[in-house]
This record gives sequence, structure tokens and C-alpha cells, in this order.
Amino acid sequence: MRTDSLFQPVKSEAGAKRTVRLTFNDQPFTVPAGLSVAAALLMSGIRRFRATPVSEAPRAPYCMMGVCFECLVEIDGVPNRQSCLVEVADGMRICSQEGARDLVYQPSDVQALEVRS
Amino acid sequence: MSQVSRQSDVIVVGGGLVGMAVAYGLARSGVSTLVLDQGDVAFRASRGNFGLVWVQGKGHDLPDYARWTGSSATRWPAFAQALLADSGVDVQLRQPGGFHMCFSDQELLERESRLRTLQAALGDYPFQMLDAADLKARLPLIGPAVVGASYTPQDGHVNPLKLLRALHAAAQAKGAVVRSSMEVQRIDSAAGEFSVTTAQGRFVAPRIVLAAGLGNPALARQVGLHAPVAPNRGQVLISERVRPFLEYPTINVRQTDEGTVQLGDSMEEVGFDDSTSTDVLAAIARRGIATFPLLRDVRLVRAWGALRVLSPDGFPIYQHSATHPGAFVVTCHSGVTLAAAHALRLVPWILGGARPSELQAFSGERFLTDKVYSHAH
Repeated sequence: MRTDSLFQPVKSEAGAKRTVRLTFNDQPFTVPAGLSVAAALLMSGIRRFRATPVSEAPRAPYCMMGVCFECLVEIDGVPNRQSCLVEVADGMRICSQEGARDLVYQPSDVQALEVRS
Repeated sequence: MSQVSRQSDVIVVGGGLVGMAVAYGLARSGVSTLVLDQGDVAFRASRGNFGLVWVQGKGHDLPDYARWTGSSATRWPAFAQALLADSGVDVQLRQPGGFHMCFSDQELLERESRLRTLQAALGDYPFQMLDAADLKARLPLIGPAVVGASYTPQDGHVNPLKLLRALHAAAQAKGAVVRSSMEVQRIDSAAGEFSVTTAQGRFVAPRIVLAAGLGNPALARQVGLHAPVAPNRGQVLISERVRPFLEYPTINVRQTDEGTVQLGDSMEEVGFDDSTSTDVLAAIARRGIATFPLLRDVRLVRAWGALRVLSPDGFPIYQHSATHPGAFVVTCHSGVTLAAAHALRLVPWILGGARPSELQAFSGERFLTDKVYSHAH
């Protein structure tokens, strides 16, 4: 089932001057600074954040306050991050979380990224 | 209230894994069965356990416990099939064998000695002792702190929440009636029948099975039984779902069918406190990471404490009341492992058949002495 986002930007905050650039599944977006990743992706029109591990059903943010774990995405190589609790940053590379994360290979990828940056 | 219901042949007190396994066994034998469950005010060991179908090491000082446990593990595949057929719930039984990790040479030697004792007593008791290199070949992700392990092929695991759900659905599909929020206030006995009083009414049946976990001591004494069980807390950590990395159960780490990693091996005597504590959870996490270092990066999403139902020597209590014929007590802390035996082997005894030969050792009267017990399950 596809639905509209439950959330709308607060009007007084919508015209923020500073912006950051990030990508979601390699697609570039420019979003207001200071937002959570979840809010930024929702206002960019993203409606499918992840696929569930068991049934692979599509999911998007629900609670926006760190409780429901529906907003999981991969951020800069780190899987299963709660996007409602992470602030956007310039150059952030975000990917949808496709099912369960892989424990076996992920840590080394993360270390490699951290060494490069 | 004066409402009296006498529609059942057997009343089972307790709707957890033990009570529901008995109730399912009764119902599939065609016996009309009423389950009275206390409700969510109860301590609910059945919703906090680890999910192992575990054989290895159990009963090294009481071979009948090893036999009883083994007889349940052997019956588990057919039992899981029956549950699937009657409930539609796949409890995700896997019995690939299990590992008990050892972190010192001393621990490894003690482990081997324990399993040799069992093998000598039981005969058919396969196991392997693995050194670090053997273990690395079997489990490539094992950590360097693990000096070795024991492996036995009988061990396995299920999804324990699916098991509880399956037992409820299967028992009811076979005609058992489960009533919740039924706190038992009193059990009265008359010739040939027991009368169970709850706030919602009275229920009468010629047989009664007490499977109320930590509620059993107070109920048992009303029908001439002795069930001195006490709480023993275990704490558990649950991780985010991850892709399959561990197909075998181990004594302290396992991966569930849906991907979460469950960690826990603590035992504490803290009375009826089922909360968690940071020091114990940290120790569980450290031991988990020492076992499989890749868990260092896993996110934890839940933690809980749950109370085991332990007798003074750690073994189950199965007893038919001598003074109140028709009253039974069934209590143990391995409600998952023993579910198949409870449904398939206890039930004929409860219905008047012969007591399974192993159960002579498990009467509650063994505790009516001055002996001091140490947990040895």
C-alpha cells in the first residue's frame, strides 16, 4: 500500500537559507540543513525507505521519534540507522535498507570509509 | 459468584509452555480440557526464554533427567509437525546440533568430563570435543578467546514465541478451552472431583494439573503436593535483525529464524525481581562478543529479565498426589525442550496410565529432607 507522507514541513521553517546536498540511492537531493534524514527524505518525495527483513514489504517513517524503527536506512555505509534520529550532513550518502543488514562484511566496509574521510 | 462449570475432564492451571503442552496433549487424546490462565499479571517465563531445545550436559548427576530430556528432543520433529498441522504455525524447529563454548582449558576439561559421565551412564550419547582449530573449521566466525567447545548433534532451537502461539492454537483447535484472567483463589477437593474457585466462577473436574510455574507452591499444597519452586532470573539481549550468520544454537548466542541475535546466559537469585541490570547485560554482551567478535558492531534493540522456575536441585517436579488422587503437579524450567515429552509422554500418565519410567526421580517429596541443594541442571 502506498500512501502520502504523514508529515508536513512546518511552514515557518520551510524557507531555511542553508542547505546541504546528499544522495539517496545515488539520486542527488538538496535539502534544508538541520533536518533529520527522515524529514529530509520525506520532503524530497521518498516514500520507500526500506524493505522489511522477513516479508520484504516496503516501509517509511511512522513515529519520527526513535521508537518504531520503520525509518531504517543505510547512511555512509552504516546499515540499519534510524533516519529520524540523524541530522543531515553535506555529502551524506544514503541508501534504502534492503532487508536485514549483513553482519559479516559490513564492519570492514565502514572502517574503510572512515579511513578515507 | 456461584456459577459452576463442570464441562471438562481435566483442568490445567497455567497457560504457559508447560500448561499448554499438557493441554494440547490432553486435547489431542480426545479429553475435554479447560485451561485457566492467570493473565498478564503472572511472571510469564514462557515469554522471556531463550528457545533452546537443549540436551547436552543436562543430567550429568541424574541420568534420568538426561533420558527424559533426550526423549523429548527425539520426539520434537514429529511434535513440530503435529503443531504445524493443528495450528498452522511453523515453530521453526532446527536441530543441527549445538555448541557449548569454553573460554579456558580448565573449562574444556570439565566439559569433557561431564559429557563422558553422561555417555557412560546413557550409552547412546554422541558428542565431540573440539579444540580451537576444529571449532574454527566448523564455525569460521568464532573468536580467538574461545579455546574450544563441546558439540552434540541432539541440540536445537525453536522460536519460543511462535511455540507458545502454536500450542495455544493447536490445543484450541483440538477442543481445549482456554480462559484467561482466571486467577485461582482456592482448590477444594471432594470424592472424585476438584473444585477450582476463581473470581469469575467455579470450575469442577475429576482431574487437575498444576502447571502454574512460580504459582505452583501455593496451589500444590492445597491438593497434598509439594512443589517448592523459586525464581531464578535470566537476562536476555536482542539485536537488530541481521542476515543469517549462525545456523547452530549455542549456549549463550543464537540467531532466530527471523534474523535477530539473542544473547544470554545469566543466572541470578534476586527473588521476584524481573528487571534488568546494566552489569549483567554488559557481561552477557562481552561474552557474546568474545564468542563471535563480529557482534561488536551489532545494534541491540531490546533487553529483558525473566524468571526461571527452579526447584531446589534444578530438576523438574512431576507428581501425582497420594492424598488427592487425580491432582498432578508439573513444573520445570525447560518448558521448550520438554514440550514434546510433556504433550506426548506425561499425558497418558495423567489419564491413568503408567508413569514414564524416568519420572520416579522427580517427585516433589524429594525435597522433604534437610539436604542442601546446589543447582545442577
